[in-house]
Amino acid sequence: MKPFAELLDRLVFTPARNGKLRHLAAYFEATPDPQRGYALAALTGALSFRAAKAGQVRALVESRVDPVLFRWSYDFVGDLAETVALIWPQRPGANRPPDLAEVVETLREAKRDEVPGLLEGWLDALDSDGRWALLKLITGGLRIGVSARLAKTGLAEWRGAELSEIEEIWHGLEPPYTELFAWLEGRAPKPEIDRRAVFHPLMLANPLEDGDLAKLSAEDYLAEWKWDGIRVQLAAGGGQARLFSRSGDEISHTFPDIVEAAGFDAVLDGELLVLREGEVAPFNDLQQRLNRKSVTAKLLDAHPAHLRLYDILHRGEDDLRPLSLAERRDVLEAWYRETLPQRMDLSPLVPFETWDDLAALRAEARQNGIEGLMLKRRDSAYQAGRPKGPWFKWKRDALLLDTVLMYAQRGHGKRSSFYSDYTFGTWRAGAEGEELVPVGKAYFGFTDEELKRLDKWVRDHTTERFGPVRAVAPGLVLEVAFDAVQRSKRHKSGLAMRFPRIHRIRWDKPAAEADRLESLEKLVEE
Amino acid sequence: MKAANSRTEDWLKVTPKGLYCEPGDFYVDPARPVARAVITHGHADHARPGHDAVLATPETLEIMKARYGDAAGRRHQPLAYGRTQDVGGVTVGFAPAGHVLGSAQAVLEWQGRRVVVSGDYKRRPDPTCAGFEVVPCDVFITEATFGLPVFRHPPDAEEVGKLLQARETFPERCLLVGAYALGKAQRLIGLLRAAGYDRPIYLHGALKKLTDLYETLGVPLGELRPVLGLAKAELKGEIVLAPPSALADRWSRRLPEPLTAMASGWMTVRQRARQRGAELPLVISDHADWDELTRTLEDVAASEVWVTHGNEEALVHYARGRGFAARALSLLGRGEEEQEGGDAAEAETPGEGAA
Ligand SMILES: [Zn+2]
Ligand SMILES: [Zn+2]
Repeated sequence: MKPFAELLDRLVFTPARNGKLRHLAAYFEATPDPQRGYALAALTGALSFRAAKAGQVRALVESRVDPVLFRWSYDFVGDLAETVALIWPQRPGANRPPDLAEVVETLREAKRDEVPGLLEGWLDALDSDGRWALLKLITGGLRIGVSARLAKTGLAEWRGAELSEIEEIWHGLEPPYTELFAWLEGRAPKPEIDRRAVFHPLMLANPLEDGDLAKLSAEDYLAEWKWDGIRVQLAAGGGQARLFSRSGDEISHTFPDIVEAAGFDAVLDGELLVLREGEVAPFNDLQQRLNRKSVTAKLLDAHPAHLRLYDILHRGEDDLRPLSLAERRDVLEAWYRETLPQRMDLSPLVPFETWDDLAALRAEARQNGIEGLMLKRRDSAYQAGRPKGPWFKWKRDALLLDTVLMYAQRGHGKRSSFYSDYTFGTWRAGAEGEELVPVGKAYFGFTDEELKRLDKWVRDHTTERFGPVRAVAPGLVLEVAFDAVQRSKRHKSGLAMRFPRIHRIRWDKPAAEADRLESLEKLVEE
Repeated sequence: MKAANSRTEDWLKVTPKGLYCEPGDFYVDPARPVARAVITHGHADHARPGHDAVLATPETLEIMKARYGDAAGRRHQPLAYGRTQDVGGVTVGFAPAGHVLGSAQAVLEWQGRRVVVSGDYKRRPDPTCAGFEVVPCDVFITEATFGLPVFRHPPDAEEVGKLLQARETFPERCLLVGAYALGKAQRLIGLLRAAGYDRPIYLHGALKKLTDLYETLGVPLGELRPVLGLAKAELKGEIVLAPPSALADRWSRRLPEPLTAMASGWMTVRQRARQRGAELPLVISDHADWDELTRTLEDVAASEVWVTHGNEEALVHYARGRGFAARALSLLGRGEEEQEGGDAAEAETPGEGAA
């Protein structure tokens, strides 16, 4: 565990991308199989084992440490893995410390109720850095500021390979990737994989900036709606089908209904939605599906998933990515007519002649499920990444509301010393006159400078403290931007904002002049 | 100790100016100028300028003079470790606190009761100052800067080893270490020397005065050179010490690819270390860690424990659990709320690496 812990530690403290790449390369060079392969899997989120729940870790530490002291410590440190790593009172006479491969392989075989016991033994055997790395690993998601892409780039640069070569075969390989390392080290040929049911890196759009349209000519572009779901890739072939998120995480197990409908041989790009009787359900409904690890028949029935198709990357053995968008669209439409797959439809093109036509359509688009428009060059090949120019997303304007800051909570991670998560409310008539009711929570949309000032304001206006949360006097107006608002039984106000963020801090505006709940009600899309 | 019927808080009181001893009519480490002050050590949150009479160890008085010049107090009364002095019927003595050069625990005795005001302290050995001495007492007043069980400082030699290791890994870079001007900088130099590092060590100008004073007071630190006026190439592979406030300053641009290290007890927590921009965090602290704090409570075996700056709540909670009568004192001007600290380079705010 020590080399892995050291790698994580260095990655955390090295600010520059190049420095991180150097540390990764040095680790792959110095560390043998299968340790390095499991480290790569951990960094790319490719490990699957029965993770320990945060609750189990807490219970374990509270069996050894005064829970009050633990709670205060966690509040101070702001990160569960780090708090437990530091506070863990080692028992003398522990076993030899485990290595990474041993941890991963043991957990893969472990039953749920065995995990806490294993963890306890390992925590006793490791030093504080080792415990930290173990806990980061075992609670799922390292979150150390290294993306899967950066880890793979480090791997490519280590041996002077191309990142795209690794990406192409990545999803056909399994940890600990011994054949991948053998190929990179020139000891074996490139691994052969079935290219069809693997992830193909997505082509992404840039936001349309002011003035962009003036430089583009309308006839070069196709337009389609930008649906309010999640962008996915469905890769099917050779009797297999896999569904991937935009970043290449496999989500097949969460959406068996889509995967079952994919008995064909094609790689498709589309938007995952929940659809009822042809109507796109609020994003919240899709969220219900995304959050579940296991899907019940009831959930499948109540929240049916649907794939709205944008593009086709492979048809059978044919790689269509070098073709133009217009050509691919023809193939997609023909393929759809022939196949007529269940749970899928085509995202229609939006006809227009001038940018003004399109602007008018965008301004009217207020119904559920539409986030804005996509503009794509007719002649664009399907390129991985976010190339500048061929594709744009043109979101509809955000909704704005003046709210009053009610509670602030300490952030986690980098922001753990700042009150950076804000709950805000609007006015309504209460039993004893005007009262604030919380309508949402936001933790971004401000600069570091503004954060410092907000943090100070919170500290200076605290009326009550509950653990990491402070209630503040109603005195600061936050102008909040959000994409939509929906009815919700889970919120006290009966309303839930979609994607709220701080738009402006109205240091100047008296709290009494902030908006009332009725203003928010009016924006609900029925 | 003879049991007394008077309660300590009737004669030793927390006031806005600081801890006040009524029968002796003096303050210990007052936050504002007073007529009579007993000072535990030279850090700015304990030793403030502008007092009339100051009672402190000879080293602390020298440090105050070096920092404040004429404002160091009108009348200085040096009192060496182990000696006592009567102040209005109260017997005042000093015992080493092991925190920085000259740092002392103030031992106050009145009507058969003994109170130890420990100031700031640590228990592990420090090559630049006298080690902490256990003084049994009725009331022990302790700091709690690192008063949470997540703080367990590793052995100093391990941390200094990391610095020397980094120097070998990056021979083309200069190692820039942030260390507080009083205590930490000199201790780090002492630790490097103890590890066998005998190259010249380079200093930011702000560290010179106190480092010179340490040498004058008999603490050998080896060859030290100013950074000022040196070409970049001359500093490759060298160790440079600077106050934490200078790390991100334009000053550091004169150094060749500096690798920024920070020597402070706060470096234990990774996210805090990152916030401070440390690429190489070194957990070297002049304050007691959790184990040292709790061991000290047992060692001095006072029936009452008063806890001052830091994480008072946690230490009070622990002490009560161990059967001590414990309470938190809120003294103004010690550290800042939640240790985020201010920015003044001179203030011993923990966030600035004083710890
Ligand atoms: Zn101090
Ligand atoms: Zn202090």
